[in-house]
Amino acid sequence: MASLTGLTASAASVSDAALHVSGLCKSYAGETVIAGIDFVVPPATCFGLLGPNGAGKTTTLRCCLGLTTPDRGHIRLAGRPVPAEAEAARTRVGVVPQFDNLDPDFTSSENLLVYGRYFGIKDAAIRDRIPGLLDFAGLTGKANARIQSLSGGMKRRLTLARALINDPDIIFLDEPTTGLDPQARHLIWERLKRLMVGGKTLILTTHFMDEAERLCDRLAVLDHGGLIAEGAPRELITSHIEPQVVEIFGDGAAAWASTRQGLGERLEMAGDTAFFYCRDAAPLLAALAGETGPASGLRYVHRAASLEDVFLKLTGRDLRD
Amino acid sequence: MRHGWFALPRPGLRWLPVWRRNFLVWRKLAIPSIMGNLADPLIYMLGLGYGLGSLLPQVQGVDYVRFLAAGTIVASTMNAATFEALYSAFSRMHVQKTWDAILNTPLSLDHVLTGELVWAASKSLLAGLAILLVIGALGLVSWPLALWVLPVIFLTGLAFAAMGLIVCALAPSYDFFMYYFTLFITPMLLVSGVFFPTEQLPAMVQTVAAWLPLAHAVQLARPLLLGRIPDDIGLHLTALVLVAGVCFCIATGLTRRRLLK
Repeated sequence: MASLTGLTASAASVSDAALHVSGLCKSYAGETVIAGIDFVVPPATCFGLLGPNGAGKTTTLRCCLGLTTPDRGHIRLAGRPVPAEAEAARTRVGVVPQFDNLDPDFTSSENLLVYGRYFGIKDAAIRDRIPGLLDFAGLTGKANARIQSLSGGMKRRLTLARALINDPDIIFLDEPTTGLDPQARHLIWERLKRLMVGGKTLILTTHFMDEAERLCDRLAVLDHGGLIAEGAPRELITSHIEPQVVEIFGDGAAAWASTRQGLGERLEMAGDTAFFYCRDAAPLLAALAGETGPASGLRYVHRAASLEDVFLKLTGRDLRD
Repeated sequence: MRHGWFALPRPGLRWLPVWRRNFLVWRKLAIPSIMGNLADPLIYMLGLGYGLGSLLPQVQGVDYVRFLAAGTIVASTMNAATFEALYSAFSRMHVQKTWDAILNTPLSLDHVLTGELVWAASKSLLAGLAILLVIGALGLVSWPLALWVLPVIFLTGLAFAAMGLIVCALAPSYDFFMYYFTLFITPMLLVSGVFFPTEQLPAMVQTVAAWLPLAHAVQLARPLLLGRIPDDIGLHLTALVLVAGVCFCIATGLTRRRLLK
């Protein structure tokens, strides 16, 4: 952990951080959910929290927002200690929760109006902001639409607009694109990039490694309640994993691969698929070339290593729930 | 107690946006909501009051329908507050996750619960007011003393909303509320002097009934509607205030334990 702490310390000084978490611990009924984690999110950056289901991501976010009181550790959010001054800290924060909890009894603009009131904003000021927010969310013309009539993507975008009603400095996004089609995901990503250009700090959890790679300046991988890796996406890929991957599958793939382990730095088996991780894939590809004629059942894919490979290496391939 | 779940509630004044949220929903559905609050109790009151009343001599010195009208206002108040604090609050807490959305803003759970408490009491006030207007138009109440029943209704609403929020905090699903109705609300309705004077009950039941919040509310509301100053005003008010206050503290503690762990 010494190297991780070094990285975070150099990333930002504690005092001007948007979020600073140190020594965070939380357990439920004797079961440890968060086992002492530390990280710093500098302002105007995007920080990604990755981890399998049950790794402690949601509990970490709840602690940061002051909704769960940690057993030990210190949190500063928007310059204020949490949970002691969580209510004041949350005036500077927007949250896009994992599951849409828009008010089904209201229209789009009523949702924004009612939500703005929770921040103590005057009705007139909220009404001034609503058209701009609906426009940002691509929902112009949907101001008076009932929530039930909106698609999943529209609801997500409205939830994002709702999180911006108080013009927050820091935005928490818990799996913002889960369940969306590619068009809707790309639109959300584009909007999040705009927010970053505008100086907002984003703190996001996701299961999509391409999303994390695209958006995040820094990532932390959480597993079994501890941070097991932290760094920029590219940095994590170069430091944790070989640059090339060859996936071999089809008839006899497992047997073929197990006798040729020496052709890659590392071999992982998942069912009947073999994953070779190589610094140089040429010898393996040459061997495969002789084996994958039309008569053979063996097939393969050769690609560059990605963040997903790092994630699977660090957290394993076993299902978590 | 390590987490201090049961520390005193700190409602402040920021609960008002929560109340306004519920009011905005109600405004959209106001007409069916008022009809629901009005139709059922009035049908019972008029049916039993005139039908059964024609067989009865005067009850406590008045026609049975007038006796029952006073009981009906209090029972409707109880029902309106209870339904709001059970079904409506539970759907906002557990199904729609409205409270979760609010907790991501600068409001706390104490603000949410205070908003819900006052809202449920406000809704019971609307229900009671609607019935008061109808039975007033039927000439079954004595003005202007009857107007004093409005603060009694609001206080009764607070007491039953606070009790309902305890049940809401403990409920795993909507089905759980049936226990509260069949084991608590319905028996209380029958022994608190809503339909007949409590003097008709066995002595032991009378003793228990005298402690029930609904009985205190009836003791205040009926004389006011019949044009008399109630006896033991301080006692009945204190009882309702205590029920509201203590139950709200318990409800807040239980809900914190449920949602903020």
